[in-house]
Amino acid sequence: MTASPVRMNPQKQQHTQAKVVTLSTPRSYVARRRFPQWLSTLAGHILPPLVTLAFLLILWEVICSSPTASVPPPSRVVSETWELIVHPFYVGQGVDQGLFWHILASLKRVALGYCLAAIAGIALGALVGQSDWAMRGLDPIFQVLRTVPPLAWLPLSLAAFKDGNPSAIFVIFITAIWPIIINTAVGIRNIPQDYRNVARVLRLNQFEYFTKIMIPAAAPYIFTGLRIGIGLSWLAIVAAEMLIGGVGIGFFIWDAWNSSRMSDIILALIYVGIVGYLLDRAIASIAKVVTRNTLSA
Amino acid sequence: MSKPYLSLEQIDMVFSRGGASTQVLNQVSLDVDKGEFISIIGHSGCGKSTLLNIVAGLTEATRGVVLLEGAVVDAPGPDRAVVFQNHSLLPWLTVYENVKLAVDKVFSGTKSRAERHEWTMRNLELVQMVHARDKRPSEVSGGMKQRVGIARALAIEPKVLLLDEPFGALDALTRAHLQDQVMQIHTELANTVLMITHDVDEAVLLSDRIVMMTNGPSAKIGEVLDVPLVRPRRRIELVSDTTYIRCRSAVLKFLYERHRLVEAA
Repeated sequence: MTASPVRMNPQKQQHTQAKVVTLSTPRSYVARRRFPQWLSTLAGHILPPLVTLAFLLILWEVICSSPTASVPPPSRVVSETWELIVHPFYVGQGVDQGLFWHILASLKRVALGYCLAAIAGIALGALVGQSDWAMRGLDPIFQVLRTVPPLAWLPLSLAAFKDGNPSAIFVIFITAIWPIIINTAVGIRNIPQDYRNVARVLRLNQFEYFTKIMIPAAAPYIFTGLRIGIGLSWLAIVAAEMLIGGVGIGFFIWDAWNSSRMSDIILALIYVGIVGYLLDRAIASIAKVVTRNTLSA
Repeated sequence: MSKPYLSLEQIDMVFSRGGASTQVLNQVSLDVDKGEFISIIGHSGCGKSTLLNIVAGLTEATRGVVLLEGAVVDAPGPDRAVVFQNHSLLPWLTVYENVKLAVDKVFSGTKSRAERHEWTMRNLELVQMVHARDKRPSEVSGGMKQRVGIARALAIEPKVLLLDEPFGALDALTRAHLQDQVMQIHTELANTVLMITHDVDEAVLLSDRIVMMTNGPSAKIGEVLDVPLVRPRRRIELVSDTTYIRCRSAVLKFLYERHRLVEAA
Protein backbone atom coordinates (compact mmCIF):
# COMPACT_ATOMS: atom_id res chain seq x y z
CA MET A 1 0.00 0.00 0.00
CA THR A 2 2.56 2.54 1.12
CA ALA A 3 5.21 1.40 -1.34
CA SER A 4 3.41 2.30 -4.52
CA PRO A 5 2.91 6.03 -3.89
CA VAL A 6 6.56 6.30 -2.88
CA ARG A 7 7.58 4.73 -6.16
CA MET A 8 5.26 6.98 -8.05
CA ASN A 9 6.64 10.16 -6.51
CA PRO A 10 10.01 10.30 -8.28
CA GLN A 11 8.25 9.73 -11.57
CA LYS A 12 6.01 12.65 -10.83
CA GLN A 13 8.94 14.78 -9.87
CA GLN A 14 10.76 13.90 -13.05
CA HIS A 15 7.71 14.88 -14.93
CA THR A 16 7.52 18.27 -13.22
CA GLN A 17 11.22 18.84 -13.62
CA ALA A 18 10.93 18.28 -17.31
CA LYS A 19 8.21 20.86 -17.39
CA VAL A 20 10.33 23.36 -15.53
CA VAL A 21 13.13 22.98 -18.05
CA THR A 22 10.87 23.75 -20.97
CA LEU A 23 9.54 26.76 -19.11
CA SER A 24 13.01 28.13 -18.37
CA THR A 25 12.78 30.97 -20.85
CA PRO A 26 9.63 32.56 -19.40
CA ARG A 27 11.03 32.10 -15.89
CA SER A 28 14.14 34.14 -16.61
CA TYR A 29 11.87 36.67 -18.23
CA VAL A 30 9.91 36.91 -14.98
CA ALA A 31 13.13 37.21 -13.00
CA ARG A 32 14.31 40.05 -15.16
CA ARG A 33 11.02 41.83 -14.56
CA ARG A 34 10.97 41.30 -10.80
CA PHE A 35 13.21 44.22 -9.86
CA PRO A 36 11.29 46.86 -11.83
CA GLN A 37 8.06 45.39 -10.44
CA TRP A 38 9.27 45.88 -6.87
CA LEU A 39 10.31 49.37 -7.81
CA SER A 40 7.01 50.14 -9.45
CA THR A 41 5.12 49.09 -6.30
CA LEU A 42 7.23 51.53 -4.32
CA ALA A 43 6.76 54.22 -6.91
CA GLY A 44 3.05 53.55 -6.83
CA HIS A 45 3.03 54.58 -3.18
CA ILE A 46 5.42 57.49 -3.39
CA LEU A 47 4.51 59.05 -6.71
CA PRO A 48 0.86 60.02 -6.01
CA PRO A 49 1.66 62.15 -2.93
CA LEU A 50 4.64 63.70 -4.73
CA VAL A 51 2.53 64.55 -7.75
CA THR A 52 -0.20 66.04 -5.54
CA LEU A 53 2.38 68.04 -3.60
CA ALA A 54 4.00 69.37 -6.78
CA PHE A 55 0.61 70.31 -8.16
CA LEU A 56 -0.36 72.19 -4.99
CA LEU A 57 2.98 74.00 -4.87
CA ILE A 58 2.63 75.10 -8.48
CA LEU A 59 -0.94 76.23 -7.81
CA TRP A 60 0.24 78.18 -4.76
CA GLU A 61 3.13 79.69 -6.69
CA VAL A 62 0.78 80.84 -9.46
CA ILE A 63 -1.90 82.26 -7.15
CA CYS A 64 0.58 84.15 -4.93
CA SER A 65 2.99 85.24 -7.66
CA SER A 66 1.72 88.82 -7.85
CA PRO A 67 3.91 91.25 -5.84
CA THR A 68 0.85 92.54 -3.99
CA ALA A 69 -0.19 89.10 -2.69
CA SER A 70 -0.43 89.02 1.11
CA VAL A 71 0.92 85.44 1.28
CA PRO A 72 4.34 84.75 -0.23
CA PRO A 73 4.66 82.04 -2.91
CA PRO A 74 6.73 78.92 -2.06
CA SER A 75 9.79 80.14 -3.91
CA ARG A 76 9.90 83.29 -1.77
CA VAL A 77 9.20 81.28 1.39
CA VAL A 78 12.30 79.17 0.72
CA SER A 79 14.53 82.09 -0.16
CA GLU A 80 13.40 84.18 2.82
CA THR A 81 13.68 81.37 5.35
CA TRP A 82 16.84 79.82 3.96
CA GLU A 83 18.82 80.94 7.01
CA LEU A 84 16.31 79.22 9.32
CA ILE A 85 16.27 76.05 7.24
CA VAL A 86 20.04 75.60 7.10
CA HIS A 87 20.73 76.70 10.70
CA PRO A 88 18.20 74.85 12.84
CA PHE A 89 20.66 74.58 15.75
CA TYR A 90 21.49 78.29 15.86
CA VAL A 91 21.80 79.64 19.41
CA GLY A 92 21.19 83.34 19.97
CA GLN A 93 19.95 85.69 22.65
CA GLY A 94 16.57 85.14 24.39
CA VAL A 95 13.96 83.89 21.95
CA ASP A 96 16.33 84.25 19.00
CA GLN A 97 17.02 80.54 18.62
CA GLY A 98 17.16 78.01 15.79
CA LEU A 99 13.91 76.25 14.91
CA PHE A 100 15.17 73.00 16.39
CA TRP A 101 15.37 74.58 19.84
CA HIS A 102 11.90 76.07 19.50
CA ILE A 103 10.45 72.71 18.57
CA LEU A 104 12.43 70.98 21.30
CA ALA A 105 11.10 73.42 23.91
CA SER A 106 7.54 72.75 22.73
CA LEU A 107 8.16 69.00 22.72
CA LYS A 108 9.48 69.12 26.28
CA ARG A 109 6.31 70.83 27.49
CA VAL A 110 4.17 68.37 25.58
CA ALA A 111 6.17 65.43 26.89
CA LEU A 112 5.76 66.48 30.49
CA GLY A 113 2.09 67.44 30.27
CA TYR A 114 1.25 64.41 28.19
CA CYS A 115 3.05 61.92 30.44
CA LEU A 116 1.26 63.30 33.48
CA ALA A 117 -2.02 63.09 31.55
CA ALA A 118 -1.28 59.48 30.53
CA ILE A 119 -0.56 58.39 34.11
CA ALA A 120 -3.47 60.24 35.67
CA GLY A 121 -5.76 59.43 32.76
CA ILE A 122 -5.15 55.68 32.87
CA ALA A 123 -5.52 55.65 36.66
CA LEU A 124 -8.76 57.65 36.62
CA GLY A 125 -10.03 55.70 33.62
CA ALA A 126 -9.35 52.45 35.46
CA LEU A 127 -11.28 53.76 38.46
CA VAL A 128 -14.25 54.86 36.37
CA GLY A 129 -14.16 51.64 34.37
CA GLN A 130 -13.99 49.44 37.45
CA SER A 131 -16.45 51.01 39.83
CA ASP A 132 -20.05 51.86 39.08
CA TRP A 133 -20.08 54.43 41.84
CA ALA A 134 -16.96 56.17 40.56
CA MET A 135 -18.52 56.25 37.13
CA ARG A 136 -21.81 57.69 38.33
CA GLY A 137 -19.97 60.28 40.37
CA LEU A 138 -17.25 61.29 37.94
CA ASP A 139 -18.54 60.67 34.46
CA PRO A 140 -20.95 63.67 34.32
CA ILE A 141 -18.16 65.95 35.51
CA PHE A 142 -15.75 64.54 32.93
CA GLN A 143 -18.30 64.93 30.19
CA VAL A 144 -18.75 68.63 31.00
CA LEU A 145 -15.07 69.41 31.56
CA ARG A 146 -13.86 67.71 28.41
CA THR A 147 -15.84 70.15 26.26
CA VAL A 148 -13.96 73.14 27.72
CA PRO A 149 -11.56 74.38 25.02
CA PRO A 150 -7.90 73.95 26.05
CA LEU A 151 -7.05 77.65 25.96
CA ALA A 152 -9.94 78.49 28.27
CA TRP A 153 -7.92 76.82 31.02
CA LEU A 154 -4.92 79.05 30.45
CA PRO A 155 -5.98 82.19 32.40
CA LEU A 156 -6.99 80.01 35.33
CA SER A 157 -3.71 78.11 35.33
CA LEU A 158 -1.70 81.32 34.92
CA ALA A 159 -3.47 82.61 38.00
CA ALA A 160 -2.72 79.40 39.87
CA PHE A 161 0.91 78.82 38.80
CA LYS A 162 1.89 82.49 38.30
CA ASP A 163 4.28 81.37 35.56
CA GLY A 164 3.99 80.62 31.87
CA ASN A 165 5.78 77.31 31.63
CA PRO A 166 3.83 75.28 34.22
CA SER A 167 0.64 76.83 32.90
CA ALA A 168 1.37 75.60 29.38
CA ILE A 169 2.15 72.16 30.77
CA PHE A 170 -1.10 72.20 32.69
CA VAL A 171 -3.01 73.12 29.53
CA ILE A 172 -1.44 70.15 27.75
CA PHE A 173 -2.32 67.93 30.68
CA ILE A 174 -5.94 69.02 30.83
CA THR A 175 -6.29 68.74 27.06
CA ALA A 176 -4.86 65.27 26.71
CA ILE A 177 -6.38 63.67 29.78
CA TRP A 178 -10.05 63.39 28.72
CA PRO A 179 -9.71 61.06 25.74
CA ILE A 180 -7.30 58.93 27.79
CA ILE A 181 -9.72 58.68 30.73
CA ILE A 182 -12.73 57.95 28.57
CA ASN A 183 -11.06 55.37 26.35
CA THR A 184 -9.43 53.59 29.28
CA ALA A 185 -12.78 53.41 31.06
CA VAL A 186 -14.49 52.00 27.96
CA GLY A 187 -11.68 49.47 27.51
CA ILE A 188 -11.98 48.30 31.08
CA ARG A 189 -15.78 48.08 30.88
CA ASN A 190 -15.32 45.88 27.82
CA ILE A 191 -13.03 43.34 29.48
CA PRO A 192 -14.78 40.02 28.85
CA GLN A 193 -16.48 38.50 31.89
CA ASP A 194 -14.40 35.36 31.31
CA TYR A 195 -11.17 37.15 32.13
CA ARG A 196 -12.76 38.59 35.26
CA ASN A 197 -13.89 35.09 36.23
CA VAL A 198 -10.39 33.72 35.74
CA ALA A 199 -9.08 36.45 38.04
CA ARG A 200 -11.77 35.69 40.62
CA VAL A 201 -11.13 31.95 40.62
CA LEU A 202 -7.40 32.55 41.05
CA ARG A 203 -8.13 35.24 43.65
CA LEU A 204 -5.83 37.78 42.05
CA ASN A 205 -5.52 40.85 44.26
CA GLN A 206 -6.28 44.36 42.99
CA PHE A 207 -2.71 45.05 41.94
CA GLU A 208 -2.28 41.72 40.15
CA TYR A 209 -5.64 42.17 38.46
CA PHE A 210 -4.65 45.65 37.33
CA THR A 211 -1.28 44.66 35.87
CA LYS A 212 -2.02 41.16 34.60
CA ILE A 213 -5.59 41.42 33.31
CA MET A 214 -6.88 44.96 33.17
CA ILE A 215 -4.03 46.80 31.44
CA PRO A 216 -3.28 44.16 28.78
CA ALA A 217 -6.97 43.55 28.08
CA ALA A 218 -7.76 47.25 27.77
CA ALA A 219 -4.51 48.14 25.97
CA PRO A 220 -6.04 48.63 22.51
CA TYR A 221 -8.56 51.09 23.93
CA ILE A 222 -5.98 52.84 26.09
CA PHE A 223 -3.76 53.38 23.08
CA THR A 224 -6.63 54.83 21.10
CA GLY A 225 -7.01 57.38 23.90
CA LEU A 226 -3.27 58.01 24.01
CA ARG A 227 -3.19 58.65 20.27
CA ILE A 228 -6.05 61.12 20.38
CA GLY A 229 -4.37 62.70 23.41
CA ILE A 230 -1.01 63.28 21.71
CA GLY A 231 -2.74 64.89 18.73
CA LEU A 232 -4.71 67.24 20.96
CA SER A 233 -1.59 68.08 23.01
CA TRP A 234 0.28 69.17 19.94
CA LEU A 235 -2.71 71.22 18.82
CA ALA A 236 -2.92 72.93 22.19
CA ILE A 237 0.77 73.64 22.74
CA VAL A 238 1.07 75.95 19.74
CA ALA A 239 -1.90 78.02 20.90
CA ALA A 240 -0.78 78.06 24.52
CA GLU A 241 2.75 79.14 23.64
CA MET A 242 1.44 82.01 21.56
CA LEU A 243 0.01 83.41 24.76
CA ILE A 244 2.72 82.57 27.28
CA GLY A 245 5.75 83.57 25.19
CA GLY A 246 9.31 82.29 25.66
CA VAL A 247 11.09 79.76 23.49
CA GLY A 248 8.69 77.45 21.68
CA ILE A 249 7.30 76.96 18.22
CA GLY A 250 3.99 78.63 19.16
CA PHE A 251 5.65 81.81 20.27
CA PHE A 252 7.93 81.68 17.25
CA ILE A 253 4.84 81.85 15.05
CA TRP A 254 3.34 84.69 17.09
CA ASP A 255 6.62 86.56 17.05
CA ALA A 256 6.88 86.14 13.29
CA TRP A 257 3.35 87.46 12.87
CA ASN A 258 4.17 90.53 14.97
CA SER A 259 7.20 91.21 12.77
CA SER A 260 5.21 90.38 9.59
CA ARG A 261 7.56 87.53 8.62
CA MET A 262 4.98 85.51 6.71
CA SER A 263 7.55 83.12 5.27
CA ASP A 264 8.75 82.17 8.76
CA ILE A 265 5.17 81.39 9.76
CA ILE A 266 4.70 79.13 6.78
CA LEU A 267 7.93 77.28 7.46
CA ALA A 268 6.97 76.86 11.11
CA LEU A 269 3.55 75.51 10.11
CA ILE A 270 5.20 72.89 7.93
CA TYR A 271 7.47 71.87 10.82
CA VAL A 272 4.54 71.74 13.24
CA GLY A 273 2.64 69.52 10.84
CA ILE A 274 5.56 67.14 10.35
CA VAL A 275 6.29 66.89 14.07
CA GLY A 276 2.60 66.28 14.84
CA TYR A 277 2.52 63.53 12.25
CA LEU A 278 5.67 61.93 13.67
CA LEU A 279 4.25 62.04 17.21
CA ASP A 280 1.10 60.30 16.02
CA ARG A 281 3.10 57.65 14.16
CA ALA A 282 5.30 57.11 17.21
CA ILE A 283 2.33 56.38 19.51
CA ALA A 284 0.72 54.25 16.79
CA SER A 285 3.81 52.09 16.40
CA ILE A 286 4.22 51.66 20.16
CA ALA A 287 0.56 50.61 20.25
CA LYS A 288 1.16 48.12 17.47
CA VAL A 289 4.01 46.48 19.34
CA VAL A 290 2.29 46.46 22.73
CA THR A 291 -1.13 45.24 21.60
CA ARG A 292 -0.02 42.73 18.98
CA ASN A 293 -1.18 39.83 21.13
CA THR A 294 -4.18 41.39 22.75
CA LEU A 295 -6.69 41.73 19.98
CA SER A 296 -7.36 38.14 19.00
CA ALA A 297 -8.14 35.38 21.43
CA MET B 1 -21.77 7.46 57.22
CA SER B 2 -19.31 10.31 56.87
CA LYS B 3 -20.25 13.70 55.53
CA PRO B 4 -20.19 14.11 51.75
CA TYR B 5 -17.14 15.78 50.20
CA LEU B 6 -19.15 18.33 48.28
CA SER B 7 -22.78 18.97 48.98
CA LEU B 8 -25.35 21.26 47.45
CA GLU B 9 -28.18 21.86 49.87
CA GLN B 10 -31.54 23.08 48.65
CA ILE B 11 -30.21 25.60 46.19
CA ASP B 12 -32.76 28.12 44.94
CA MET B 13 -31.83 30.69 42.36
CA VAL B 14 -34.11 33.57 41.51
CA PHE B 15 -33.12 36.23 39.04
CA SER B 16 -34.91 39.53 39.51
CA ARG B 17 -34.91 42.15 36.85
CA GLY B 18 -37.04 45.20 37.51
CA GLY B 19 -40.26 43.98 39.05
CA ALA B 20 -40.24 40.56 37.41
CA SER B 21 -38.40 37.63 38.92
CA THR B 22 -37.71 34.23 37.40
CA GLN B 23 -36.93 31.20 39.43
CA VAL B 24 -34.16 29.36 37.65
CA LEU B 25 -33.27 26.64 40.13
CA ASN B 26 -35.68 25.05 42.54
CA GLN B 27 -34.51 23.10 45.58
CA VAL B 28 -31.45 21.51 44.01
CA SER B 29 -29.69 19.16 46.42
CA LEU B 30 -26.80 16.92 45.56
CA ASP B 31 -24.05 15.08 47.43
CA VAL B 32 -20.78 14.31 45.70
CA ASP B 33 -18.14 11.94 47.05
CA LYS B 34 -14.45 12.50 46.76
CA GLY B 35 -13.08 11.32 43.41
CA GLU B 36 -16.51 11.07 41.85
CA PHE B 37 -17.15 12.19 38.28
CA ILE B 38 -20.60 13.75 38.03
CA SER B 39 -22.25 15.03 34.88
CA ILE B 40 -25.11 17.46 34.92
CA ILE B 41 -27.21 17.17 31.80
CA GLY B 42 -30.28 19.03 30.66
CA HIS B 43 -31.71 21.09 27.85
CA SER B 44 -30.36 24.56 27.32
CA GLY B 45 -31.91 27.12 29.62
CA CYS B 46 -32.37 24.67 32.48
CA GLY B 47 -29.93 26.56 34.66
CA LYS B 48 -27.15 23.99 34.68
CA SER B 49 -24.51 26.61 34.01
CA THR B 50 -25.98 28.73 36.78
CA LEU B 51 -25.67 25.75 39.09
CA LEU B 52 -22.01 25.33 38.19
CA ASN B 53 -21.38 29.04 38.73
CA ILE B 54 -22.95 28.75 42.17
CA VAL B 55 -20.61 25.89 43.06
CA ALA B 56 -17.71 27.91 41.67
CA GLY B 57 -18.80 30.84 43.82
CA LEU B 58 -19.07 33.13 40.81
CA THR B 59 -22.82 33.48 41.36
CA GLU B 60 -24.51 33.66 44.72
CA ALA B 61 -27.50 31.41 45.27
CA THR B 62 -30.70 33.06 46.43
CA ARG B 63 -31.28 30.35 49.02
CA GLY B 64 -29.42 27.24 49.99
CA VAL B 65 -25.81 26.51 50.57
CA VAL B 66 -22.84 24.76 48.97
CA LEU B 67 -20.51 22.94 51.35
CA LEU B 68 -17.06 21.75 50.36
CA GLU B 69 -15.45 19.57 53.04
CA GLY B 70 -17.89 21.06 55.50
CA ALA B 71 -16.97 24.67 54.72
CA VAL B 72 -19.46 27.07 53.16
CA VAL B 73 -18.65 28.23 49.64
CA ASP B 74 -19.38 31.93 49.29
CA ALA B 75 -16.69 33.21 46.92
CA PRO B 76 -14.68 31.88 44.00
CA GLY B 77 -11.38 30.30 44.89
CA PRO B 78 -8.65 28.03 43.61
CA ASP B 79 -10.07 25.01 45.47
CA ARG B 80 -12.78 24.94 42.78
CA ALA B 81 -11.12 25.36 39.40
CA VAL B 82 -13.35 26.09 36.44
CA VAL B 83 -12.71 25.10 32.84
CA PHE B 84 -14.84 27.55 30.91
CA GLN B 85 -16.67 26.62 27.75
CA ASN B 86 -14.74 29.12 25.65
CA HIS B 87 -11.38 28.27 27.29
CA SER B 88 -10.88 31.86 28.63
CA LEU B 89 -7.16 31.85 28.08
CA LEU B 90 -5.55 35.25 28.25
CA PRO B 91 -4.58 36.06 24.65
CA TRP B 92 -1.57 38.19 25.53
CA LEU B 93 0.12 35.34 27.41
CA THR B 94 1.71 32.24 25.91
CA VAL B 95 0.38 28.77 26.64
CA TYR B 96 3.07 28.36 29.28
CA GLU B 97 2.43 31.78 30.83
CA ASN B 98 -1.29 31.12 31.06
CA VAL B 99 -0.70 28.04 33.19
CA LYS B 100 2.19 29.66 35.03
CA LEU B 101 0.02 32.63 36.06
CA ALA B 102 -2.27 30.25 37.93
CA VAL B 103 0.61 28.22 39.38
CA ASP B 104 2.47 31.34 40.52
CA LYS B 105 -0.60 32.72 42.22
CA VAL B 106 -1.67 29.57 44.02
CA PHE B 107 1.73 28.18 44.99
CA SER B 108 3.62 31.44 45.56
CA GLY B 109 4.08 30.62 49.23
CA THR B 110 4.63 26.89 49.06
CA LYS B 111 6.77 26.18 45.99
CA SER B 112 10.06 27.69 44.87
CA ARG B 113 10.46 29.34 41.48
CA ALA B 114 12.06 26.22 40.01
CA GLU B 115 9.36 24.00 41.47
CA ARG B 116 6.65 26.20 40.03
CA HIS B 117 8.27 25.93 36.60
CA GLU B 118 8.49 22.15 36.98
CA TRP B 119 4.88 21.97 38.04
CA THR B 120 3.72 24.12 35.12
CA MET B 121 5.59 21.86 32.71
CA ARG B 122 4.24 18.74 34.42
CA ASN B 123 0.68 19.93 33.83
CA LEU B 124 1.35 20.89 30.24
CA GLU B 125 2.74 17.36 29.78
CA LEU B 126 -0.44 15.96 31.26
CA VAL B 127 -2.47 17.49 28.45
CA GLN B 128 0.33 16.99 25.90
CA MET B 129 0.82 20.66 25.20
CA VAL B 130 4.55 21.01 25.95
CA HIS B 131 5.35 21.37 22.26
CA ALA B 132 3.25 24.55 22.03
CA ARG B 133 4.39 26.13 25.29
CA ASP B 134 5.63 29.33 23.66
CA LYS B 135 2.67 29.80 21.34
CA ARG B 136 -0.10 32.29 22.00
CA PRO B 137 -3.67 31.01 22.31
CA SER B 138 -4.49 32.53 18.91
CA GLU B 139 -1.85 30.31 17.31
CA VAL B 140 -3.21 26.96 18.51
CA SER B 141 -6.40 25.07 17.61
CA GLY B 142 -9.62 25.12 19.61
CA GLY B 143 -8.96 21.68 21.06
CA MET B 144 -5.47 22.72 22.15
CA LYS B 145 -6.83 25.86 23.81
CA GLN B 146 -9.25 23.75 25.79
CA ARG B 147 -6.40 21.41 26.79
CA VAL B 148 -4.46 24.39 28.10
CA GLY B 149 -7.59 25.48 29.95
CA ILE B 150 -7.74 22.04 31.55
CA ALA B 151 -4.02 22.17 32.38
CA ARG B 152 -4.50 25.54 34.03
CA ALA B 153 -7.38 24.19 36.10
CA LEU B 154 -5.52 20.99 37.08
CA ALA B 155 -2.34 22.90 37.90
CA ILE B 156 -3.90 24.63 40.89
CA GLU B 157 -4.78 21.23 42.40
CA PRO B 158 -8.43 22.03 43.04
CA LYS B 159 -10.57 20.00 45.40
CA VAL B 160 -13.25 20.04 42.75
CA LEU B 161 -12.80 20.46 39.03
CA LEU B 162 -15.73 22.24 37.41
CA LEU B 163 -16.14 21.75 33.67
CA ASP B 164 -18.65 24.01 31.95
CA GLU B 165 -19.47 22.28 28.65
CA PRO B 166 -15.75 21.96 28.09
CA PHE B 167 -15.99 20.27 24.72
CA GLY B 168 -19.11 21.99 23.43
CA ALA B 169 -17.33 24.19 20.91
CA LEU B 170 -15.17 21.40 19.45
CA ASP B 171 -15.62 19.10 16.49
CA ALA B 172 -16.56 15.48 17.17
CA LEU B 173 -13.11 13.95 16.64
CA THR B 174 -11.28 16.47 18.80
CA ARG B 175 -13.99 16.10 21.40
CA ALA B 176 -13.54 12.32 21.55
CA HIS B 177 -9.80 12.73 21.87
CA LEU B 178 -10.17 15.21 24.73
CA GLN B 179 -12.75 13.05 26.49
CA ASP B 180 -10.24 10.21 26.47
CA GLN B 181 -7.61 12.52 27.90
CA VAL B 182 -9.92 13.72 30.63
CA MET B 183 -10.76 10.10 31.51
CA GLN B 184 -7.08 9.27 31.65
CA ILE B 185 -6.35 12.25 33.89
CA HIS B 186 -9.27 11.37 36.13
CA THR B 187 -7.94 7.83 36.49
CA GLU B 188 -4.47 9.12 37.28
CA LEU B 189 -5.32 11.93 39.68
CA ALA B 190 -8.74 10.80 40.98
CA ASN B 191 -10.13 14.35 40.92
CA THR B 192 -13.63 15.16 41.96
CA VAL B 193 -15.28 16.47 38.83
CA LEU B 194 -18.55 18.25 38.15
CA MET B 195 -19.20 18.56 34.45
CA ILE B 196 -21.98 20.38 32.62
CA THR B 197 -22.82 18.81 29.30
CA HIS B 198 -25.59 18.45 26.76
CA ASP B 199 -24.02 15.44 25.12
CA VAL B 200 -25.58 12.13 26.21
CA ASP B 201 -22.68 9.94 25.08
CA GLU B 202 -20.17 12.17 26.79
CA ALA B 203 -22.12 12.01 30.04
CA VAL B 204 -22.41 8.21 30.01
CA LEU B 205 -18.82 7.66 28.94
CA LEU B 206 -17.22 9.87 31.57
CA SER B 207 -19.48 9.87 34.59
CA ASP B 208 -20.01 7.82 37.68
CA ARG B 209 -23.38 9.47 38.08
CA ILE B 210 -25.49 11.56 35.73
CA VAL B 211 -27.67 14.28 37.19
CA MET B 212 -30.59 15.01 34.90
CA MET B 213 -32.23 18.40 35.19
CA THR B 214 -35.85 19.14 34.33
CA ASN B 215 -36.62 22.04 32.04
CA GLY B 216 -36.55 25.58 33.29
CA PRO B 217 -37.86 27.87 34.54
CA SER B 218 -37.74 26.52 38.05
CA ALA B 219 -35.55 23.58 37.07
CA LYS B 220 -34.86 20.87 39.57
CA ILE B 221 -33.04 17.57 39.60
CA GLY B 222 -35.29 15.12 37.81
CA GLU B 223 -33.31 11.96 38.22
CA VAL B 224 -29.86 10.78 39.17
CA LEU B 225 -28.57 7.84 37.19
CA ASP B 226 -25.73 5.60 38.35
CA VAL B 227 -23.38 4.51 35.59
CA PRO B 228 -21.96 1.22 36.88
CA LEU B 229 -19.41 0.78 34.10
CA VAL B 230 -15.98 -0.41 35.16
CA ARG B 231 -12.98 1.82 34.54
CA PRO B 232 -10.90 2.18 32.48
CA ARG B 233 -13.59 2.59 29.88
CA ARG B 234 -12.94 2.28 26.17
CA ARG B 235 -15.39 3.96 23.86
CA ILE B 236 -15.20 1.29 21.17
CA GLU B 237 -15.94 -1.59 23.54
CA LEU B 238 -18.75 0.36 25.16
CA VAL B 239 -20.72 0.74 21.95
CA SER B 240 -22.05 -2.80 22.32
CA ASP B 241 -22.01 -2.94 26.14
CA THR B 242 -25.47 -3.59 27.53
CA THR B 243 -24.99 -1.42 30.62
CA TYR B 244 -23.81 1.44 28.42
CA ILE B 245 -26.79 1.07 26.12
CA ARG B 246 -29.16 0.91 29.07
CA CYS B 247 -27.73 4.07 30.65
CA ARG B 248 -27.68 5.89 27.36
CA SER B 249 -31.30 5.09 26.62
CA ALA B 250 -32.30 6.04 30.17
CA VAL B 251 -30.82 9.51 29.67
CA LEU B 252 -32.28 9.83 26.18
CA LYS B 253 -35.72 8.83 27.45
CA PHE B 254 -35.50 11.37 30.24
CA LEU B 255 -34.45 14.18 27.92
CA TYR B 256 -36.60 13.47 24.90
CA GLU B 257 -39.69 11.68 26.22
CA ARG B 258 -40.46 12.99 29.65
CA HIS B 259 -38.79 16.38 29.52
CA ARG B 260 -38.81 17.32 25.90
CA LEU B 261 -37.95 20.94 25.29
CA VAL B 262 -41.12 22.30 23.71
CA GLU B 263 -39.68 25.48 22.22
CA ALA B 264 -36.87 23.60 20.54
CA ALA B 265 -39.25 21.45 18.46
